[in-house]
Amino acid sequence: MKILAAMSGGVDSSVAAALLIEQGHEVVGVTLKLWGGASDSGCCSVADVEDARRVAQQLGIDHWVLNFVDEFEAAVVTPYAEAHAAGRTPNPCIECNRHFKFGHLLERARKLGFDAVATGHHARVALTPSGRHRLRRGTDRAKDQSYVLHMLTQAELSRCLFPVGEITKAEVRARAMALGLRTADKAESQDVCFVTASDGRKAFLEPRIALHAGSVVDRAGVTVGRVEAVELVTVGQRRGLGAGGGADKRFAVSVDTSAATVTVGSLDDLLTDTVELGQMSWIDAPLIAPAGVEAQCSAHGRPVAARYEGDIVRFAERQRRVAPGQSVVLFDGNDVIGGGTAIEADRSRR
Amino acid sequence: MPAYLDHAATTPMWPAAVDAMLPYFSERYGNASGSHAVAREAKKALEESRDLVAECLGAQPGEIVFTGGGTEADNLAILGRHELQPGEVVCSAIEHHAVLHAAGEVCAAPRVASVTSGGVVDLDVLVDLVDSGVSLVSVMLSNNEIGTIQPLDAIRKIMAERAPQAVLHTDAVQAFPWLDVASLARPAELVAVSAHKFGGPKGVGALVVREGVKIAPIVHGGGQERGRRSGTYNVAGVVGMAAAMQATVADRAATVARVGALRDRLADGLLQAIPDSSETGDRSSKIAGNCHLSFGGIESESLLMLLDAAGVYAAAGSACQSGAIEPSHVVTAVGLSDARALGSLRLSLGVTTTDDDVDLALSVIPPAVARLREPL
Repeated sequence: MKILAAMSGGVDSSVAAALLIEQGHEVVGVTLKLWGGASDSGCCSVADVEDARRVAQQLGIDHWVLNFVDEFEAAVVTPYAEAHAAGRTPNPCIECNRHFKFGHLLERARKLGFDAVATGHHARVALTPSGRHRLRRGTDRAKDQSYVLHMLTQAELSRCLFPVGEITKAEVRARAMALGLRTADKAESQDVCFVTASDGRKAFLEPRIALHAGSVVDRAGVTVGRVEAVELVTVGQRRGLGAGGGADKRFAVSVDTSAATVTVGSLDDLLTDTVELGQMSWIDAPLIAPAGVEAQCSAHGRPVAARYEGDIVRFAERQRRVAPGQSVVLFDGNDVIGGGTAIEADRSRR
Repeated sequence: MPAYLDHAATTPMWPAAVDAMLPYFSERYGNASGSHAVAREAKKALEESRDLVAECLGAQPGEIVFTGGGTEADNLAILGRHELQPGEVVCSAIEHHAVLHAAGEVCAAPRVASVTSGGVVDLDVLVDLVDSGVSLVSVMLSNNEIGTIQPLDAIRKIMAERAPQAVLHTDAVQAFPWLDVASLARPAELVAVSAHKFGGPKGVGALVVREGVKIAPIVHGGGQERGRRSGTYNVAGVVGMAAAMQATVADRAATVARVGALRDRLADGLLQAIPDSSETGDRSSKIAGNCHLSFGGIESESLLMLLDAAGVYAAAGSACQSGAIEPSHVVTAVGLSDARALGSLRLSLGVTTTDDDVDLALSVIPPAVARLREPL
């Protein structure tokens, strides 16, 4: 097959490309230029592009850099800022995969005559006897990234390859070292590719959205403190809430940007047995409620027993509230069934 | 046989230039700034090269400053001049980034003269930008993307009337293979050239600094080049540049005629075969090797990848540091819409271009464009 291998400059995508070459495929490496601003890591910084290019040279394949800066800004960066302005906690990596990366990359690959696109994600695609595609956790459970891929469609899955999903991270590094790849012991990229660790979210958002100071109130509505920027507060956070000491630890239980108010409560107040989901996507046929599932609420969170009840998911045991904007992915064992985005739980106010 | 149609990016060396350089790597390796016999031998080669370069550029030997390439020559002109004569800088909208960014370093807001849709500096606009506050005007003799030639004589006249105190710099990096720079750049006090654009080695260039014009160095050290550019001489490089200049000038008229015809066949062939295609800039104002087209409904990134796979090596826009292709400020300045600018293709021919190269390009490019226009 002719495969377009997306190479971020990290060790996973480097080895993914290497595995495909070993398997006899015709591989061309590409790095996506998504962001023209400051970046520490992956996808975007010039140092990472140079690493990807060097690895391509070492593997003996062609390498191109594709400029998607405008599309990325529109599809990922702007919605990220807007979500914060609305008091949600978006996961831009999920939105990037949903609205941008796979769509654009697959389209470009088709235009250029490639059969498939490959990435360095730790995940697996399996084919059922009836020809449907399944998205499965990667072999290395601790590194599994199926959570961020849960929104891929059957059409997309049929043209995606995740070579390192079949091996462990340790094996990835071992292979990279054996090949003498420059990226063999490169640190993993953390965080959002367009927000630097040094400046952080605040510096990124400040020029883009209005940040409003707000009140911190308790469940009874009594003001107990102030925050500098309501838009930067995430449900579940404990620090930086301007709440003084005291016996009870205070957690952000909900954020209302229109009222510039953060409601805090105790850990118990933060626990809930439901999450309401919107923007549901299904790997194959939609699940029919009610159904038992395992729900994973963060990229490396432990999946928990739950019941899918239609627009809400009910956990077997109370969990920390899922921040609106975060994804909840439903699993059947190691297979991804589908997922959705947590939306404002207005029930608590009724 | 693949078709290399990116001579504006760089050129293969004249065999005579390679041969001329070789002794200076192993046998005549002296540091030209020394005093013993080994050094003097290197110095002799340097000065003989200087004489040749001066002649090819219509300058005196003392007016030649050897640099590490065209970018450095442009930087030396702008930064070096501005230090001694601060003031406003005027440049055209289609200058190379070496000029635009250097101008931006010395001047908070360089005055930018727009160009016509034909790709030539708009003299009516320029007139209003040139006044007694201006110390430097920088206009390239010919543009690297669309090949259009700028009217330095007319620009000089405007400066004589409205800013007699100002100095004219011209980036002649792209012009040298095609134009008689010695006479056409005469109106300029500062003229930059780069060896690898005319069959010389990479990493060496020159700046003509006319007698009486003072510049401050930007590379400090041992004081070589009469204090204008320090550093141990790249004797082999300078020798290679001189040999390449000589070979270029000797063949220039014939090359221009031959390659101009190839370019016309290529450009006309593509315009005819590809619907919704247009030529950028006025062909009659261009150097003979430039063919710049734009196609509706495609983006150049994909086109270049398809061409590359088929052995046709071309360019579009400019590459940023990461290698991603950015829309070109030149194409935008000429008036193309953003969408159209994204569908640009630059094919630049050179001394070594043959009919076979043109044939391959004509057979590969139309189907590639058609393929990218196919709905998925």
